[in-house]
Amino acid sequence: MLVLEKNALSEEIESLVNQFGKDRSALLQILQAIQRKHKHISDFAQQEVARMMDIHPVEVNSVISFYAFLYSVPKGRNIVRLCQTISCDMYGKEKIEEAVQRELGISFGETTKDKRITLEYTNCLGMCDQGPAMLVNEKVYTKLDPETAINILNAIK
Amino acid sequence: MESIKTLNKKRSGPVLFSEYKLGEGVKKALELGRENILFELKGSGLKGRGGAGFPTATKWMLTAASNSDKKFIVCNADEGEPGTFKDRVLLLEYPELVFEGMIIAGYTIGAKNGILYLRGEYEYMLKSLEDYLESLREDNLLGNTILGKKDFNFDINIRLGSGAYVCGEETALIESLEGYRGEPRNRPPYPVNTGYLGHPTVVNNVETLASVPHILLKGGDWFRKHGTDKSTGSKLFSVSGDCEKPGVYELPWGTSINELLELVGAKNTKAVQVGGASGMCLPKSQFHRVLGYEDVATGGSIMIFNESRNMLKVLKNFMKFFVEESCGQCTPCRIGNTKLLEAVEKIEKDDFTFLYINNLKELGRTMQVASKCGLGQSSPNSFISILENFKEEIFGSKGKGRKNG
Repeated sequence: MLVLEKNALSEEIESLVNQFGKDRSALLQILQAIQRKHKHISDFAQQEVARMMDIHPVEVNSVISFYAFLYSVPKGRNIVRLCQTISCDMYGKEKIEEAVQRELGISFGETTKDKRITLEYTNCLGMCDQGPAMLVNEKVYTKLDPETAINILNAIK
Repeated sequence: MESIKTLNKKRSGPVLFSEYKLGEGVKKALELGRENILFELKGSGLKGRGGAGFPTATKWMLTAASNSDKKFIVCNADEGEPGTFKDRVLLLEYPELVFEGMIIAGYTIGAKNGILYLRGEYEYMLKSLEDYLESLREDNLLGNTILGKKDFNFDINIRLGSGAYVCGEETALIESLEGYRGEPRNRPPYPVNTGYLGHPTVVNNVETLASVPHILLKGGDWFRKHGTDKSTGSKLFSVSGDCEKPGVYELPWGTSINELLELVGAKNTKAVQVGGASGMCLPKSQFHRVLGYEDVATGGSIMIFNESRNMLKVLKNFMKFFVEESCGQCTPCRIGNTKLLEAVEKIEKDDFTFLYINNLKELGRTMQVASKCGLGQSSPNSFISILENFKEEIFGSKGKGRKNG
């Protein structure tokens, strides 16, 4: 990481801490904001959060490691999560699975070479009546068929 | 937004999905006063709609009675149970009921702050809900001296989860709000005494809170008229799986599984999973049973499987879910669930003895009593009920065909 980038990130975290407060109860909100923008929370970001909130860096790391939507390693610019729970499975999740893996040339858990998309499974999205469902970042898509799923992925920048 | 277009509310009911005018509930609550609110609520017999079924009036009374300068009301919108999506419909279509329920709770227990804990998967709702809160502030339903009531100040903010099923457990949810890993606490102390930041806190399900304005407007006795003696009122059921009309249905408690199946257009049904992955799987011979706290209790998830489904595959899906979602804090749940999944995989490969299966059912029963929170206490339910209720299908061809008996 360049010094300039580090400084920018520090400033960003400082303004987040100012916005949400220094109290421990603000930690998750701060981490979510960093995650949203950078798609992961780097070691440096974790240390900065810990320093500014007066907690041990390992505390920050342990929180990140607990939540499925927070990452400490870099991911793609867009995170695509396919619901793997039984209702979506019964409505044809497998076909979507095959189609998107083939189209992107990666398996679930992997990121495309151009860092455009990370593919992941997720548990119940609460769209069981309209499966198969998938999240693209925070946006939800339902009643997918292989063609629409591929079109959605290919439209992502 | 796509999801708003396709809400899938399938059946209007007498309570939640009925006519309601914004602000009526809060207005009525302020007229009634704290004691009468609790009286009506107690009279209604309303129980927690998340699944555990704790009497709502008792929870509110305990919090109202505790001495503290700060109290909180938390709305649990961490709807993560597989097959449950009623809160999605409530939050998108009836946010006024949910938020007014919180305002009324705040007034009753003497809280100034309400928190809606929205699961990370529902982040797409965040903007519209925040806009809605802003409009409530403009209508003076939130903020200072609400509807002109002196000294009644209350506001709500929304906090997001980050993809952890266990945070639907109330103490794990509080841990998460406090900025920690979402690991359940020992209870007691209960959140009504020691909740968010150590202050008395009411944690209620979205549907529970949404029922409150209707109860106050029409009275506890009216609410009691619906449903059965022990399970009063109506309930939202999230129906998915093999049926013609999946969606959210409002039905009175006491509806039988058969009636429900007919209503949703389910044919050739082999099994119904009631209560999500942590619930029970019922075979055809039990479809006469009724939905309610006295018989088949549920948070509202109904998943329907027809004759073509492989129940072992269903069970494997559930057990994988629990292995992933166990917080790992207590041993019965952390190790137990992996052992149960391992057993399902062994049954798949026909690499097991019946002694081993019986031992694992016993392990399941141990988990039900020894786990720290509801996750580990209920995760063996589907393992035990599917292996017992569908043993013909799962073991029918196995064992018998073995060369050495």
